[in-house]
Amino acid sequence: MFQPLNSAAQLGYRTVFNLFEWPMARAQRLVGIRRVAWLFLLPNLLIFGLFTFLPIILNVFYATTGSDAILLSQRPYVGAENFSSLLSCTDYLDPNSCRRDVFWRAVYNTGWFVVLQVGFMVLFSLITALILNRDIPLKGFFRGVFFYPVLLSPVVVALIWKWILQRYGVFNAGLEGMGFASVDWLTDADWAFFWIIFVSIWAHMGFYTLILLAGLQSIPSDVYEAAEMDGASRWRVFAKITMPLLMPTMVVVLVLSLIRAVQAFDEIFVLTGGGPGSATTLILQYIYETGFASRPQLFGLAAAASILMAVVLLVLTLLQLRATRSQAEG
Amino acid sequence: MVWSFISRTRGRDRFDVTDWLTWGYLIFGIALMFGPVLWVAMSSFKTEAALSEYPPSFLPLAPQTAMVKGYDKPLPLYEITGGEHKGEVLAQIRRIGLNAQMVDPQNPGERINVKIGDRTPKREFAMAWGNYTKLFQRFDFMRYFWNSVFITVVATIITVIFNSMAAFALAKYKFRGRTTVFVLIIATLMIPPTINLVPIYLVVNELGLVNTPWGVIWPAVATPTGVFLLRQYMLTIPDDLLDAARMDHASEWRVYWRIVLPLAAPAIAVLVIFSVMWRWNEFLWPLIVLTRSEEFTLQLALNAFQGDLQTSWSGILAMTVLTLLPITIVFALLQKNITAGIAQSGVK
Amino acid sequence: MAVVELQNLVKDYAGFRAIHGVDLTIDDGEFCVFVGPSGCGKSTLLRMIAGLESITGGELRIDGTRVNEQRAAERGLAMVFQTYALYPHMTVRENLAFGLENIKTPKDEIKKRVDDAARMLQIEEHLTRRPKQLSGGQRQRVAIGRAVVREPKVFLFDEPLSNLDAELRVVMRGEISQLHRRLGNTMIYVTHDQVEAMTMADKIVVLKAGLIQQVGSPLDLYNRPANQFVAGFIGSPRMNFMQMTVAEIRNDAILLKDDEGRSFEAAVSPEGVAAGDTVTVGVRPEHLEIGTERGRPVTVETIEQLGGESYLYCQDQSGRPITVHLSGQTRIKAGEEAKVFLPAEAVHVFKEDGAALERLRIGEAA
Repeated sequence: MFQPLNSAAQLGYRTVFNLFEWPMARAQRLVGIRRVAWLFLLPNLLIFGLFTFLPIILNVFYATTGSDAILLSQRPYVGAENFSSLLSCTDYLDPNSCRRDVFWRAVYNTGWFVVLQVGFMVLFSLITALILNRDIPLKGFFRGVFFYPVLLSPVVVALIWKWILQRYGVFNAGLEGMGFASVDWLTDADWAFFWIIFVSIWAHMGFYTLILLAGLQSIPSDVYEAAEMDGASRWRVFAKITMPLLMPTMVVVLVLSLIRAVQAFDEIFVLTGGGPGSATTLILQYIYETGFASRPQLFGLAAAASILMAVVLLVLTLLQLRATRSQAEG
Repeated sequence: MVWSFISRTRGRDRFDVTDWLTWGYLIFGIALMFGPVLWVAMSSFKTEAALSEYPPSFLPLAPQTAMVKGYDKPLPLYEITGGEHKGEVLAQIRRIGLNAQMVDPQNPGERINVKIGDRTPKREFAMAWGNYTKLFQRFDFMRYFWNSVFITVVATIITVIFNSMAAFALAKYKFRGRTTVFVLIIATLMIPPTINLVPIYLVVNELGLVNTPWGVIWPAVATPTGVFLLRQYMLTIPDDLLDAARMDHASEWRVYWRIVLPLAAPAIAVLVIFSVMWRWNEFLWPLIVLTRSEEFTLQLALNAFQGDLQTSWSGILAMTVLTLLPITIVFALLQKNITAGIAQSGVK
Repeated sequence: MAVVELQNLVKDYAGFRAIHGVDLTIDDGEFCVFVGPSGCGKSTLLRMIAGLESITGGELRIDGTRVNEQRAAERGLAMVFQTYALYPHMTVRENLAFGLENIKTPKDEIKKRVDDAARMLQIEEHLTRRPKQLSGGQRQRVAIGRAVVREPKVFLFDEPLSNLDAELRVVMRGEISQLHRRLGNTMIYVTHDQVEAMTMADKIVVLKAGLIQQVGSPLDLYNRPANQFVAGFIGSPRMNFMQMTVAEIRNDAILLKDDEGRSFEAAVSPEGVAAGDTVTVGVRPEHLEIGTERGRPVTVETIEQLGGESYLYCQDQSGRPITVHLSGQTRIKAGEEAKVFLPAEAVHVFKEDGAALERLRIGEAA
């Protein structure tokens, strides 16, 4: 069955080679072998330039111009107007007092989401990794079990839980079966917030578990044996050997999950749509809705909000860099 | 035998409280991680009527029917729970007010009157394949599926070629500006596309790629992750091998395509897995670029369905299952490679 | 101070038997070396004594008490690992103190013991460093120090020198021997290097495929190897072996005949062989005499002249390789013909099952 597939792949592989060989050989003769590296870099750099570096600059232009036109030439310059609009509040602790109250709700939601989601996810990932690191049979299978949801698409994840949590869903049926009252989980503001955290932990913890597990497995087993000979209790082994040696991995996991949590969008958007009201609207959804989903499309406001988010991400990324460096040195 | 397998503990032969906790946690883990998916898969085979049942049953069940002599259509079967015929299984001919006119399938001649409260429908295990066939007939499932496959496959091929070319240049040539380029590429790791949504949209718009699959494909083919991953791997390929090929009059393109690429296969496999995963599951960017429903990917179609009040859960569930199926199959086959690849490179 | 007794000790791994019933007594204060090729089970045996591997069958006693079920730490042993197994995130001082802290030793007592051990092992100036900042030899000393501070009944060493370079290995060999003399503890030492075994041991245990081949003092093993395996394993370069036939049985010797029909005498007890039996004859390279007058004609293929000693790699007429070890220098050149003589007193004879015949006139040849 794989035979024709295989030969087709080989044919394709050779065809692409032949296709590019002549022009690349010509180009090599043209630029000389010293500069041939640039030929190989060219396609990647072109894409980077077009879709990463150029947009960074454009972002600033959008953030400082107004109107709903997409073309920069049709957009009037408004200075820091977009930023001041986003940041104007009489009381920063009360989103209702802000001009862009949804933005501030999204900021507060994101803040709480990041703290709770990352905190609990890292905790559960650590517990799971510690358990998977024990000498249990079917280790690979269990690792796969916890990792499986990571591969599911956010839309699928959200629909799975939406189906389970709906008013007449299996979760409520189970609760009623045990004598509890059923709840309309996703239309109650507090519960909806709980569930977006729960679902995003469910979907992503397998990834961090895997990284922590790799960190645990890189601790040499003879160190544990030495500790056993040294008569260390289980608790002391955990506190004095495992945790200190796992710390660098923990820091990486923490920062990585923080960066991801700040940009959370997909599952939550499909699961709750940001509702009820704006109870589960996070910052990226605000950007998406301001810039794309609602009319008029306020590109400037969206760009300004992105830049503010970028500042937060930059700080987190620098933290990550420092963490990975100290891990490499440690 | 099974017990000694389960109770295998490090060095010691005793099965203590931590082992109980471990197994409790693992079994809870299986239920929590697989349970929801399994529940959705089961539900996707239920008829619309069974879906609205509350509390729901685990297995998809459908009313049982029987052909009775003298009647053209199959009649629904009921179990009698009260009255003089208690315990019998009868077929219902029609309902008249609070009574049902029924017949014993073994004895079709005689009609029996039963109060409707004295009977419950007899049900049997039945897969409602209709949920799935409906997807192909009434919704344009194949189109969305094809859109997703096209984007995934094409983007992955371009990603692998572009990234490996860049990685080759950075790993195997010494030239002025190499460090600068490398740092520049790694720096883009810090600029997730989410902070550049508006200007990337402008670029895509200017290139006329809005509402085309290329608008989804191009912006994300130059992944810094891929370049980094492949470069690190290519550094381990000895330079002597390349020089030997050059001594044999191979052009640089030939060196790259015939020597370096095949040798970098393990790292490329990891990148392929990542790229497929990224592309198949991608949501926010397609949501912005693709607004016409005929260009939708599976993920967008699913999202649009669930927001559409006209669409019933039976269709959404079936489509959810079909969307998670390919990834599930790939995962079941390549579980080890995927987890190992991710654990090594720390990317997702 | 402790006596370690192994009684019919067995280790099974999922259907595979690694240790086949080992009986052994290691006396108080003895330096006992387990030696054997890789995979012979010597490390497994040590780890069973340590408590890092469970014991499938038999009994392990330390000072007369059964310890099979005791955890590693309760057995009162300390171990030095092949990879040192130092805690990478702790300073040398913390490494040494960790085991004492585990048993809640008072702080000043810990400090005293750590300082004493550090002084003894000359690692005092490194106490605040991390293992990564130390050289191989220093790490080795820290690993030993970690064992010393716990004042164990028995020291266990698992190939502790195999990660060091040759020169340092000789130094550390001396230091471990010195440590043994100073502390007088029972020590069990695992190695695959027969030179380490010969130079350090009071008692050598030769293992092969999970079975004890022979137990004895170094010279015992050299002079009276119990079987062909031990004879080949102990001594460097390896003993020469050749197949022969028993021609005649005498009172205090047997007469052997080789393929070419030459016969000569071997001073071994004839017990267990009869005329006509096939046997393997072994002679150590240093016991062969090379000259032009008597013995088997050979061609000298290669010569290694080290100045103080010489090795001659020869081939006899049937193509069998024969190694000769001479002290001093030789005039013989590669490619020359010579004759090799096997002195009757130096010959080892092994029966077909590998067991040795008792040698009768040891040392008389020299």
